[in-house]
Amino acid sequence: MSALAEINKQDGAPELRRRASLLYLILVIAFLGLVTRLVFLQIIYGERYTFLSENNRIRIKRVPGTRGMMFDRNGQLLVDSRPSFDLIFVPEDTDDPESTLRLLARYLKRDEKELLKTYEDGKSRAAFDEMVLGRDVDWSSVVAVETHQLELPGVTLRTRPRRNYADGAMAAHVLGYLGEINQKQLNILKEQGYVLGDEIGQYGLERRWEELLRGQSGGQQVEVDALGRRVRVLHEVTDVPGYTVRLTIDRQMQEAAYEALKGKEGTIVALDVHSGAILALASTPAFDPNVFARGIKSEEWGALVKDQLRPLSNRATQGQFPPGSTFKIIMAIAGLEEGVIQPESFIQDPGFFPFGNRSFRDWKKGGHGAVNLHRAIVESCDVYFYQLGPKLGIDRIAKWARAFGLGEKSGIALDDERSGLIPDTEWKRKRYRQPWFPGETVSVAIGQGYVTVTPLQLANMMAALASGGKLYRPYLVRKVESVDGATVREYGPELIRTIELKADTLSRVRNALADVVHGPGGTGGAARSPLIKVAGKTGTAQVIEMKGTYLKSEQLSYFNRDHAWFVAYAPVENPQVAIAVLVEHGGHGGDAAAPMAKKVFEKFAEQQKPAADKQQVSANGETRAN
Amino acid sequence: MQIDRRLISHFDWTLFFLTLAFVAAGITTIYSANYDLAAGHAGGLPGRQLTWFGLGLIAMFIAISFDYHYIDRLAYPFYGAMLLLLVLVMVVGHSGGGSQRWINLGFFRLQPSEPAKLAIVLVMAKYFQTDEPARGYYLRDLGMSFLLVAPLVVLTLIQPDLGTAIILGIVFISMILMGGLRMRSFAYLVGAGLAFLPIAWHFLKQYQRNRILTFLDPDRDPLGAGYHVIQSQIAIGSGGLFGKGYMHGTQNRLDFLPAQHTDFIFAVFSEEWGFIGCAVLLLLYFTMIAYCLGLVQRAKDRFGALLVFGMIAIVFWHVAINVAMVAGVMPVVGVPLPMVSYGGSALASMMFAIGVIMNVSMRRYIF
Repeated sequence: MSALAEINKQDGAPELRRRASLLYLILVIAFLGLVTRLVFLQIIYGERYTFLSENNRIRIKRVPGTRGMMFDRNGQLLVDSRPSFDLIFVPEDTDDPESTLRLLARYLKRDEKELLKTYEDGKSRAAFDEMVLGRDVDWSSVVAVETHQLELPGVTLRTRPRRNYADGAMAAHVLGYLGEINQKQLNILKEQGYVLGDEIGQYGLERRWEELLRGQSGGQQVEVDALGRRVRVLHEVTDVPGYTVRLTIDRQMQEAAYEALKGKEGTIVALDVHSGAILALASTPAFDPNVFARGIKSEEWGALVKDQLRPLSNRATQGQFPPGSTFKIIMAIAGLEEGVIQPESFIQDPGFFPFGNRSFRDWKKGGHGAVNLHRAIVESCDVYFYQLGPKLGIDRIAKWARAFGLGEKSGIALDDERSGLIPDTEWKRKRYRQPWFPGETVSVAIGQGYVTVTPLQLANMMAALASGGKLYRPYLVRKVESVDGATVREYGPELIRTIELKADTLSRVRNALADVVHGPGGTGGAARSPLIKVAGKTGTAQVIEMKGTYLKSEQLSYFNRDHAWFVAYAPVENPQVAIAVLVEHGGHGGDAAAPMAKKVFEKFAEQQKPAADKQQVSANGETRAN
Repeated sequence: MQIDRRLISHFDWTLFFLTLAFVAAGITTIYSANYDLAAGHAGGLPGRQLTWFGLGLIAMFIAISFDYHYIDRLAYPFYGAMLLLLVLVMVVGHSGGGSQRWINLGFFRLQPSEPAKLAIVLVMAKYFQTDEPARGYYLRDLGMSFLLVAPLVVLTLIQPDLGTAIILGIVFISMILMGGLRMRSFAYLVGAGLAFLPIAWHFLKQYQRNRILTFLDPDRDPLGAGYHVIQSQIAIGSGGLFGKGYMHGTQNRLDFLPAQHTDFIFAVFSEEWGFIGCAVLLLLYFTMIAYCLGLVQRAKDRFGALLVFGMIAIVFWHVAINVAMVAGVMPVVGVPLPMVSYGGSALASMMFAIGVIMNVSMRRYIF
């Protein structure tokens, strides 16, 4: 050994040997340091820590930040939070959880089995985690628990802000709802401080604006006694309320839209023509988001999801329907702009249009007789547009439809918006590996066949027409404010594109649309109002194709009945608001949809009046000051 | 492959049994940390760790089987492979706990940043194996070594894996100091590092900043990281002198940390085995490290000495940082306790590293 060591000493690494000797010293110091720390923790303060470890003496009581409020454009409250009490149980704090729960059930006059079942179901949670026995419990329960506190170890109350939707289901699809955070979301959002049991926006604006609405949760690090009661607060973090969100929605118009739709399945969208701000967006059947706020029961959720009428679907952005005759507006514009139509020349409508070996029939038995463009729009003559279709060709039709935002997502800040579909030859080749057949253009010309749109897209199309070709991105949030009222973010109009339109095209189409409502033989007469002059177009979208026979809506089974459309803007001379109304299976647009649009327009006009007076006054005031 | 009989007789049983002791302590504690009272079992993790131990044994014997001088030739290819894997992790990596660290290999997941720690040692040992200049190395002599290490550190920081990046950096510094960097040059390096800190701060993720700030000021986040640190201290402290007994820890049941069987396993161990158990465990680490420092002094050449030093430096820094962190005297950074924490890539890599040390140890008698 010593001989070998000699050799090593000569051949090895002398510098390293020297340095390694120093390292022994460092090693000893480092380990002495660690052991010293352990002596402190385990021996000197061991008893204190043992005490703290018993019964998990140091606990976290979290308080989620109060969510931000939402107001309409005039400062009317749409959503806020109110205080509420949750009933909490920590089984580890009582010797006999089951008898405690039995006693609790007696005091609360609640079903004993139900409480015990909640307890059994929650057993797999981590030790000392709070178990929620009841959310938003009533006042008598709060009093009962407070008075019998000493007999109910482990049972406590915690205050929680609870979401309150002032108008219930009225704007459910815009505002959205909250739900308990799910595992998938938790995995992604853990770093942002979410924990199991937190509420998070799951739908609508509540979801899209979660980050700003949420606020910051606070809480206390507390030391508790053996029964789980607070002994002292060790640390406290105050919660920070979320931002206030001010919407573009007009609560009065929203209410008018919702009331008009009540009892039907459908949707109404109203837009500010000059900005794309959404004034009303109602979809029925709706749901009451307050049900989610107090913790939806699984039966209730199941019923909502299974409902054939799909109350959770926002028909304005997620419903894709054939536009029916409302598409004739696009056809007329395309025809005029491409120079395919001689607007003043008449064609004969015998009630059908032969094309190839097929015959396309007009909705009016016997036809409209001699019609020019104006009459064709006013009376919604199908044959006029049938013959226009092949003259334009599908690709030119698609070009103009897309210019107005059809077939593309509008980009509104709501989740899962659909794009609808504007077909053309390339789409047909890709989708079906088939050429486009001219006969298909004939169907598209009256908004049937492959073409589908969302109601929001049609409302925006009308807004663009009313503003002379300016297509804006529809938006819902105007302003975000901190609690003290300081502006955090502000949103205004965002122009998607300006559609170049000839003055002649605009005036012809606008005149015709005004006559749809106000002219003789117009299909939209039901939207005529003494308060405001409306221009619009009716539409009836076929759900099933009918060959040859003319059946009344009532003769068809409900789900096969036509959808009713009415798209419009007002006032005619100085357009402010554009509206799209869709009533599913409502039959004729003129009968079912036009009166609803009228109600919303009238609500707008009623509100403008006092505002207009006020403007007058202030304008006068300025003049005087000058 | 021919096996020299002398090698078998010089097999390093000391290191081998120490390794076995750590792995045994690890798997039993992982079992306890994951034991579910309601379900009556500990899930699949202890078994998986045992499988990795098997793979680790293979890695260890591979590391022994060839003369360590071949590492001179293997260092760069190994380094290149690690670099490639770390890039791959960015592209196809599997995310967990907010960072992207793993490559899914079907039956198990590989965490390339663990073997990457070894790559630094191999490359640096190769770099410094020639006799050092009489007056030591200047910083300019080390340019190439910085270029080798920087990409590994950057890639782990991106994942983000602050703990591994710190280990990589600290092992690198240990190697250049041991390799012969002049003290004055080292002082310059430290100065430059301090100047760089504000920039590094800028690149940290918010939660990493929070951890550091929470350490400096525990009142900052009493409901989050601050609570975890307190619960970890309660766990250690409540172990007292003799501990609460195996499988009788209570803090463990609180799920106070998502990492109780990985980075915070020392807290679980301490609660159950008390000060006596901790002292024994630390003594075993001390023995292993001191024993290897002896090997550094007795290695037959500079290359071997540097290899041993680098590998044992990895062990030392892991133990020091991990225990200090769990005991609440250092910020929380994700550094496992070598051979004890749950984590297959770390265990196999560590056993490979021990294998390299044994290799040098066995061949110090052979010429």
